Amino acid sequence: MTATTGSNGSTGSSTEGSAPALVGIVLVSHSAAAANAVADLAASLSGGAGEVPLAPAGGGPDGGLGTSSDLIASAARTVDRGAGVAVLADLGSAVLTVKALLADDELPSGARLVDAPFLEGAVAAVVTASTGADIDAVAAAAAEAYTYRKA
Amino acid sequence: MNAAPEQPELPADIDADLLRRWLDTATSVIEREAARLTELDSPIGDADHGSNMRRGFLAARTAIGQEPPDTPGGVLVAVGRQLISTVGGASGPLYGTLLRRTGKALGDAPAVTAAQLRDGLKAGVEGLCQLGGAVPEDKTMVDALVPALDAFTAALDAGDGTAVALTAAARAAEEGAVATTPLRARKGRASYLGDRSIGHQDPGATSAALLLTALADTAREASSS
Repeated sequence: MTATTGSNGSTGSSTEGSAPALVGIVLVSHSAAAANAVADLAASLSGGAGEVPLAPAGGGPDGGLGTSSDLIASAARTVDRGAGVAVLADLGSAVLTVKALLADDELPSGARLVDAPFLEGAVAAVVTASTGADIDAVAAAAAEAYTYRKA
Repeated sequence: MNAAPEQPELPADIDADLLRRWLDTATSVIEREAARLTELDSPIGDADHGSNMRRGFLAARTAIGQEPPDTPGGVLVAVGRQLISTVGGASGPLYGTLLRRTGKALGDAPAVTAAQLRDGLKAGVEGLCQLGGAVPEDKTMVDALVPALDAFTAALDAGDGTAVALTAAARAAEEGAVATTPLRARKGRASYLGDRSIGHQDPGATSAALLLTALADTAREASSS
């Protein structure tokens, strides 16, 4: 499980004593490649917001295409800093598995499935989380990505 | 509550052992039918329903074999949990939620009556419908499960015993699965196909019928032995 970024110690993650914890973000896709790529893209576009705890959870239980509840749960635990975890999911079983995990309290308290387009929502969520915004603001920013019309 | 019961009291004849045998039978049936489920899932889904269900049930059978729960509710909760973590497709959280909710509704009773199982399944189907947002005629497993629940209820109301009532439920599920063929899908990947989803039997409704048939077969074997 790769928290793409996170407080792994090397960059002074324990500074600014009273700064509130950042919202964590989990990206759930049917494809490990897609989840990893979107995580990289979102981290890059957030302008050096390297401290946002962000974890991709892509692919199924057998490593192929699909959804792994174990991967999702462990990704959520990895990025949980106590300020909530925004979970974005792509399609079908990814969405249903997150909902099933939430319904049975198997994700950290404060975890939430965010209703957002996967890639655009991820970028908005990471950028917003990097400002220290709370989970409501992160969720709202991600959802707002739906309103951006392209044609 | 003291409404005078008109039917004879049903025995609490559904125990953990019966549901463990159901799991064995269901796993064998899923293994045998995996290719057909995947074939049904090819034109309207992503051609993985059979292999996903096979992986989930094999994992569930192994897990329950290693640590056998001693209540019917415990068996269903454990199977549901395994399905959610190992299936990998939408049927995992859907069947997982169905079984876990049913199991939780049964509580920790060492054995339950058919009427209690019916009430548990009702809670399970409600949880499933809430999770997936499907209603009857969306061309999903709900089209097998809801008629099955109705037939189960009608049979129990008519005074039938567990095996007979479950057989009626399984038959209704099979009919419900067949009846998905002319429907236009409104859920899942098949919904993107629009009219092209018409003419194919829904794989999820088909697997639901297989699982209920396995339960009815198990109950009949238990009652005849």
